[in-house]
Amino acid sequence: MIKPILVFGYGNLSRGDDALGPLLLEHIEEQCNLEAVEILTDFQLQVEHALDLENRKLVLFVDASVSCKTAFDFCELQPLKDKSYSTHAMSPASVLQVYQAIKKQDPPPAFLLSIQGLSFELGEELSSQAEKNLFLAGQFARQLLNNTDLNYWRQQIKN
Amino acid sequence: MYENLETAENKENLKRVVIDPVSRVEGHGKVTLLLDEDNKVKQARLHIVEFRGFERFIQGRPYWELPVLVQRLCGICPVSHHLAAAKAIDQLVGVDPENLPPAADKLRRLLHFGQVMQSHALHFFHLSSPDLLFGFESDISKRNIIAVLNEYPDIGLQGVKLRKYGQEVIRMVSGKRIHGTGAIAGGMNKSLTKEERDYLLKDIDQMIEWSVGAVALIKKVHCSNLPYYDDFATIPTSYLGLTKNSGALEFYHGGIRAKDANGGTIMDHIDYCKYNDYIHEEVRSWTYMKFPYLTALGQEKGWYRVGPLARVNICDSIDTPLAEQARVEFKQHGSEPMVHSTLAFHWARLIETLHCAESIKQLLADPDLMSSDLVTQGEKRFEGIGVIEAPRGTLFHHYQVDENDIVTKANLIVSTTSNNMGMNESVRQVAAEYLSGQELTEPLLNNLEVAIRAYDPCLSCATHAVGKMPLQLELVDAEGNLIDKLVKHSDGQFEKTT
Repeated sequence: MIKPILVFGYGNLSRGDDALGPLLLEHIEEQCNLEAVEILTDFQLQVEHALDLENRKLVLFVDASVSCKTAFDFCELQPLKDKSYSTHAMSPASVLQVYQAIKKQDPPPAFLLSIQGLSFELGEELSSQAEKNLFLAGQFARQLLNNTDLNYWRQQIKN
Repeated sequence: MYENLETAENKENLKRVVIDPVSRVEGHGKVTLLLDEDNKVKQARLHIVEFRGFERFIQGRPYWELPVLVQRLCGICPVSHHLAAAKAIDQLVGVDPENLPPAADKLRRLLHFGQVMQSHALHFFHLSSPDLLFGFESDISKRNIIAVLNEYPDIGLQGVKLRKYGQEVIRMVSGKRIHGTGAIAGGMNKSLTKEERDYLLKDIDQMIEWSVGAVALIKKVHCSNLPYYDDFATIPTSYLGLTKNSGALEFYHGGIRAKDANGGTIMDHIDYCKYNDYIHEEVRSWTYMKFPYLTALGQEKGWYRVGPLARVNICDSIDTPLAEQARVEFKQHGSEPMVHSTLAFHWARLIETLHCAESIKQLLADPDLMSSDLVTQGEKRFEGIGVIEAPRGTLFHHYQVDENDIVTKANLIVSTTSNNMGMNESVRQVAAEYLSGQELTEPLLNNLEVAIRAYDPCLSCATHAVGKMPLQLELVDAEGNLIDKLVKHSDGQFEKTT
């Protein structure tokens, strides 16, 4: 039975702040009711992950981001034909685009929770700033998963 | 050969063109060209940021952590590192490959076939088919998987599902898609349940059928474009890889075989634990990446290629019927004993994909996969070497541990390192034969990337922080003035400034 909510955190646990995505999943596993929530992780997004979006009501991607100006950022995604669909590491928007191309239908509503990361070297620990950002993002994710109404998620997007 | 283009004389009088980074390869690569005033190529180099920090990352850790730890070296082929490390630490607990419990050996092979299959499917269908189906110099908006899905929906979807199936094999054997702990020192930590086996059996015939179709497709693409496909980026080289005792294609465990450009045997059935006696690595000042070579032939002539083209070239046969038939046709298409076409990497890769699908079906019929006899141990040793054929070629893991089981020394030779010289020579061939003397445009420069992509290099960092990886191409005149600039922004948009 496919669970209606998918949370997909991606990143490498051994590359400093790149671990933020998978670490947020650990937080969710400990803190949230997972009856309706499936958690998936991988090093990076790839074309076959479009198949994981099938029959979902809501999808939340979680990733580390160096572009994030605050502790975390939350936005809704639209299918996008950016150049990442031709790399080994796709953007979540391009995964939605692949879904659309394969299924010939709109993907489920999908959102990206970006958590600010600073340092990504192999073998590094999570930076202290990223740890604080993770805590704040974890609180926010809990709120989202406690209220899985599409309109509520959209209301949480900051302008 | 095009060694004369490795280092130009009178560089101060030459224009410099940089492709940075090379796209549709993993990690960060950069091509630099030096051109004279008539746009004739005088120097061409592929620069790669090496996997610095690997050894430091591993040293100081207990050996039993290695199979999980090394998966994090690379987000592209974690299972390859996982299995190479597992083979090495088998030796640390006194277990040689022939003493591994049959169930563990077969489960590892199944895991490896799944990994090779998903990796090859991704590379062909996702990263290379746009070039091959639409043309190397086609409109850039077409050179992507979305265009393939739109114009060749069946082929595009088969690629996605082959990839997914390979990932499902990995998930069933190791328990998770990633970070699984399938292989442990001396064996495996779980077998397949009947349900897991049946789940994989359900779709395997479809995977074989699609793989047969993929081989037919690449054969048609290749042979419809002769002699171009046999000439483009083509370099006569030596080849190296593992084979079975019988000389058949082997991915998981075998002896090292190397053949020269004419098909003559340089070495055969070499115990990979003695790799240090046969392979050395050279350092060059202009790149972080080393240049491995066969000591028997020396630095200048001893370089070789690895990966699908090497494996299909050096093996005497393939022990699954459809892939063997495809191998015979592959070898017969040319007139020489070895196929040197760099674009034939794609063809060889799909023959291997078919072999993986057939082998998975054979293995799934074996009741040993559900056995509970999974682990054995022997007498502790202080050194272990594991070598496998990763999707991109021969992968070496070599560890030493102290009396407290802590890793004191680690040495890794990854496949892409072995192909370093081959990729550079292919870049020079394309630069000399297809670009030299012409006004450089993005479609024309894509030819260089096509040559590199054929090797499916993994320059992995597995870090993908949002906002990184722009591409910038600059044309600078002899005085250092910027003439032309092409920028690919992180959102994928191109901007040209003059």
